[in-house]
Amino acid sequence: MSEQNRITINGNEFSFEAGETILEVARRNHIDIPTLCHLRGTVSNGECKICVVEIEGEDSLTASCSSPATDSMVVRTESPEVIAARRTTIRQMLSSGNHNCAVRGSDDRDWTQFQLNVQKEDDSSELCPVWGDCRLQDIAYRYQVSGEGFSKTDIPYHTERVNPFIVRDFSRCILCGRCVQACNEIQVNKAIAFGNRETATKIIAAGDRPLKDSDCVFCGECVQVCPVGALVEKDVRYRVRPWETEKVRTTCSYCGVGCQLDLHVKDGKVVKVSGTEDVAPNYGSLCVKGRFGFNFISSPERLTTPLIRENGEFREASWDEALDLVAKRFGEIKEKHGSDTMGLLTSARVTNEENYVAQKFTRAVLKTNNVDHCARL
Amino acid sequence: MTNTIADVEKADVILVTGSNTTENHPVLSAFVKRAVEFKNARLIVVDPRRIKLAGFAHQWLRPNLGTDVAWINGMMHVIIKEDIYDRTFVGTRTEGFEELKKVVEKFTPEYTEEITGIPAQQIIDAARMYAGAKAGSILYCMGITQHTTGTDNVKSLANLAMVCGNLGIEGGGVNPLRGQNNVQGACDLGGLPNVFSGYQPVNSIDAIKKMEEAWGVSGLSDKVGLKVTEMLPKAYNGEFKALYIIGENPLVSDPDLNHAEKCISNLDFLVVQDIFMTETAKIADVVLPSACFAEKEGTFSNTERRVQRVRKAVEPPGQAWDDWKITCEIATRMGYPMSYENPSAIFEEIATVTPSYAGLTYDRIEDEGLHWPCPTADHPGTPILHTAQFPRGRGQFHAIDFIPPAEKADDEYPMYLTTGRVIYHYHTGTMTRKTDGLNERSSGNFVEITPDDAQKHDLKDGDMVNVASRRGDITAAVKFSDKAVEGTVFIPFHFAESAANKLTNAALDPISGIPEFKVCAVRLSKAA
Repeated sequence: MSEQNRITINGNEFSFEAGETILEVARRNHIDIPTLCHLRGTVSNGECKICVVEIEGEDSLTASCSSPATDSMVVRTESPEVIAARRTTIRQMLSSGNHNCAVRGSDDRDWTQFQLNVQKEDDSSELCPVWGDCRLQDIAYRYQVSGEGFSKTDIPYHTERVNPFIVRDFSRCILCGRCVQACNEIQVNKAIAFGNRETATKIIAAGDRPLKDSDCVFCGECVQVCPVGALVEKDVRYRVRPWETEKVRTTCSYCGVGCQLDLHVKDGKVVKVSGTEDVAPNYGSLCVKGRFGFNFISSPERLTTPLIRENGEFREASWDEALDLVAKRFGEIKEKHGSDTMGLLTSARVTNEENYVAQKFTRAVLKTNNVDHCARL
Repeated sequence: MTNTIADVEKADVILVTGSNTTENHPVLSAFVKRAVEFKNARLIVVDPRRIKLAGFAHQWLRPNLGTDVAWINGMMHVIIKEDIYDRTFVGTRTEGFEELKKVVEKFTPEYTEEITGIPAQQIIDAARMYAGAKAGSILYCMGITQHTTGTDNVKSLANLAMVCGNLGIEGGGVNPLRGQNNVQGACDLGGLPNVFSGYQPVNSIDAIKKMEEAWGVSGLSDKVGLKVTEMLPKAYNGEFKALYIIGENPLVSDPDLNHAEKCISNLDFLVVQDIFMTETAKIADVVLPSACFAEKEGTFSNTERRVQRVRKAVEPPGQAWDDWKITCEIATRMGYPMSYENPSAIFEEIATVTPSYAGLTYDRIEDEGLHWPCPTADHPGTPILHTAQFPRGRGQFHAIDFIPPAEKADDEYPMYLTTGRVIYHYHTGTMTRKTDGLNERSSGNFVEITPDDAQKHDLKDGDMVNVASRRGDITAAVKFSDKAVEGTVFIPFHFAESAANKLTNAALDPISGIPEFKVCAVRLSKAA
């Protein structure tokens, strides 16, 4: 370890690698500096100012996500100045949009008027669609900040609902830029960017057109990284709350990349899919099919009972009847025509265990090697 | 893949061919795009369509359909002639170089241009770029394999990688992108007519003895079985009687569908086990309802050979069962009791008979999957293959000459057709077409064509066009697209109601038995 690379954070000395940011060193050592805009795998822009820290000998506070650690640096992450600055930033954010999570300050007439306005934009009388699943709300709670003391800003842009997957609620956007980074630096679809429109900054697609008319391919990376309620899955918004669901990690069933994903289950039904963070091979990323193409699971068209063809029509049958029939017919054909007149097509869609069982059945029971699957098709 | 997905970001040069990566493997395509945009990697795309990735490429080479061996040989010609190949690797790790050299000698850039339509200078530039890489990664997909020369195409890519010493190293490799979630696993676990699990040959006496012992049976067949593309023609002439299909829909995915349907209808007995009433299930004698991935425990093996867990999140609908349980019940009723307590018990049996999976357990892959080969309980898995040597010792160069595709455009069928997928749908559409949003983004079939070709046929964007080949015809909407190139139309094969595979050619690669989905001749006419 080089004696050169020592940094002191909150009174404790740590070593660091050249190029590491203050935030990275802190996190590695379990010091929790709150962040909003910081997104792993992208270049930090210090946009949100939540992660500011105090560095001894410097006049102003510094964004820890974009400042490299230097030797002999002395940092304080929760000094009174830092906390005051964070509270101001949080208060400004809360006051800048429809953040109706009720940490805003709720005992005056303002709240009623505010909530009525929000409802008009939302078409819902409920609290924010990501209540309980919001970084801003978490941080506001941590620092006990409400939106009081600032006048409510009018919302210059209305909510976009015209695509089938993602609702873009500009009234809740804090312009942290995580979605822009996810789109440009992680998925590299280059569909959205910061745009300076006439009234106020806005995240725009294709010269400020709806997502459906842009280069967006609805991978939903932006939804997954949005720290607030600005980007939410359309089918989830106001229908699914995180405390109502259970998450089950599994492997995607579409292409061969094998993305790790979490199925969010509510009342015995998959209602949402998200990418599993920090795990290979996809590290949280998904595509449109993996994230949004799950409705087939609970489709009313699913087969639910064995069927036997009789006089040209299918009729429902019990498992015993269907399995007996299959076993009998296979047995007859094997007897009469020989094993090599029979075969099995197993599947690239079923599990390893099921493929193993299928080929074992073909070889050990049908006594033929006529087993194949759709690899070629 | 010889290498891992993450490895793509470590390459200096990436050569993508026969893969519309951004639509078929979107998450993997992000690794390619990031390598180019942020890690200074050079990208060569060789594809007959102007796919999205071509927009990220430093060079886009546009070959005529089915001329892959020619451009690959052309690149090797330049690399050998200019003496920019990896002499050490060729000398110490390979054999057959002289024969290869002889075959590629005639593939001068000019001769290659004649066959492929790729300008000679582009061949030279691409060859220099790939050979100049410290680590060069080749990514390919069905655009390489689905040809009557599919095996030749893959061997040629392996030749190219070996000539430049790009195997067994980080950021290198010959990397097929598997199109279905568990194609890798289905192959690994013996879902092939010539091998048991772990690619142990069915005609090896040792392997048969081992399996007979493990399974408690005698008389396992030592005869290599039929491929799917061989079973169906035999059903047509009555030699093949019974078929048990699990989770496949050949009546949309097979080539020359009109003929395939006649073959399957001619079977004495057809059992289809699926999650939906597919086109194939509709003509079955017995249909068995099974559980989908979200309703079962198990494992899938992804394209980088990583064995990963599948976990049950919800109950299957109605009386649907796990696929393994159905198969076991049939076996038991046929006099061979097969029963397992759960998928984990099956996995334990797999480990005992499959050397490459021998060191894997559910516990070991609980948090993160491992890459096979993983032969022992303390083996860390093998992210990169062939680091020290190839399974056969030295890497074998295959001297391969160019053979044209089975069907050429002519006066009667003057246009070429190539098929594939779109980003919003998957394979035969049985799953993705159940999500309204995906249907809204991609609602039905289309024929991708250049405005110039369309004009020649008096077609406008959105017109209905009839597309006919020697085997059948379909009607779909004209779609002008900047992906299209002159002389070729593209049709996705997701849509059963106007199935592209009614048109495709069932001519097969003689070794792998893969059909030539990617090239056939068609004619267009305005639909009435």
